[in-house]
Amino acid sequence: MKIRNTDGEGEKIELQMTPMIDIVFQLLVFFIMTFKIVAMEGDFNIRMPAAAPQAAPPDQMEFPPMKLYLSANEDGTLDGIRLNEESLPTIQHLNSRIQELIGTDGGPSRETAEIEVGFDYDLHYEWVIGAITAVSGTKDAHGNVVRLIEKIRFNTPESPNE
Amino acid sequence: MRIKKQKSEILEGDLTPMIDMTFQLIAFFMVLINFTQSETNDMVQLPDSALAKPPDSQLENLVIIHLGQDGTAVMNHTEVNYLGLRHYLDVEYYRIDVQTTDNPKQTTIVIRAHKAAKGGMVQELIQICQEAGFENFALRAEENINSAPKYITPLGG
Repeated sequence: MKIRNTDGEGEKIELQMTPMIDIVFQLLVFFIMTFKIVAMEGDFNIRMPAAAPQAAPPDQMEFPPMKLYLSANEDGTLDGIRLNEESLPTIQHLNSRIQELIGTDGGPSRETAEIEVGFDYDLHYEWVIGAITAVSGTKDAHGNVVRLIEKIRFNTPESPNE
Repeated sequence: MRIKKQKSEILEGDLTPMIDMTFQLIAFFMVLINFTQSETNDMVQLPDSALAKPPDSQLENLVIIHLGQDGTAVMNHTEVNYLGLRHYLDVEYYRIDVQTTDNPKQTTIVIRAHKAAKGGMVQELIQICQEAGFENFALRAEENINSAPKYITPLGG
């Protein structure tokens, strides 16, 4: 059977690029407009049942919970830190002191150690998070996180005028 | 003077490199686009922390509460003063208890508070959540890439 040669032999088939480029640019604009650099977020978990039955009075417990109190200046910045009635000048000192306490053999281990955090009503939340960061862990020379106290809870809130 | 008639020709630019680049840009933005922005709120600027690492596994049962500097709380797109959240928390507790198979006591309340919010407000918010029956809380902070926590000497020493 003979096949006829078509007239358009050797002709280029031209694709219509314009609609595709239109759509592609619209997609590009959409993604550029919706793009937003968001910093990664993480959580500090605290478990606080409303009426936690206490296993034993604090004086009979092997390791009573540590008490941390942060006092505030009038403008809401940090004024002072008290850990078990011991006054500490900075949050870095708090971190070092917690490392000493958790690291010693006679002290509570990381799993059993517990800390109760209290603070002035007006203290800015960023200082609270700073203190929680200091008691919950530290970073070693290689940047790895070393966990310290895992059980963190807040004390009963005070009223603003107290 | 005689002007030569020029032959009309269609100039065809090579579109392939441009399309290649454009597709690569689209692929880049598609990969990086973050659809979890519904968890964020513009009124909240989180405090930063060196230890605030994103969790390995996503928390499943959670209720997110945003707390602004002025005490405005946002929960499930409802904006109310944080002291008036109790009703909404009760409703949420009931909804989880009845409409889902989850235990509401295992639900985590994620608190996204503004860094300049008063700490006492966060404490009170936690207390209100406790009264509603919730027990697990997560204080959200932003990862500090410089890994320098707030080690500033307090003024009062």
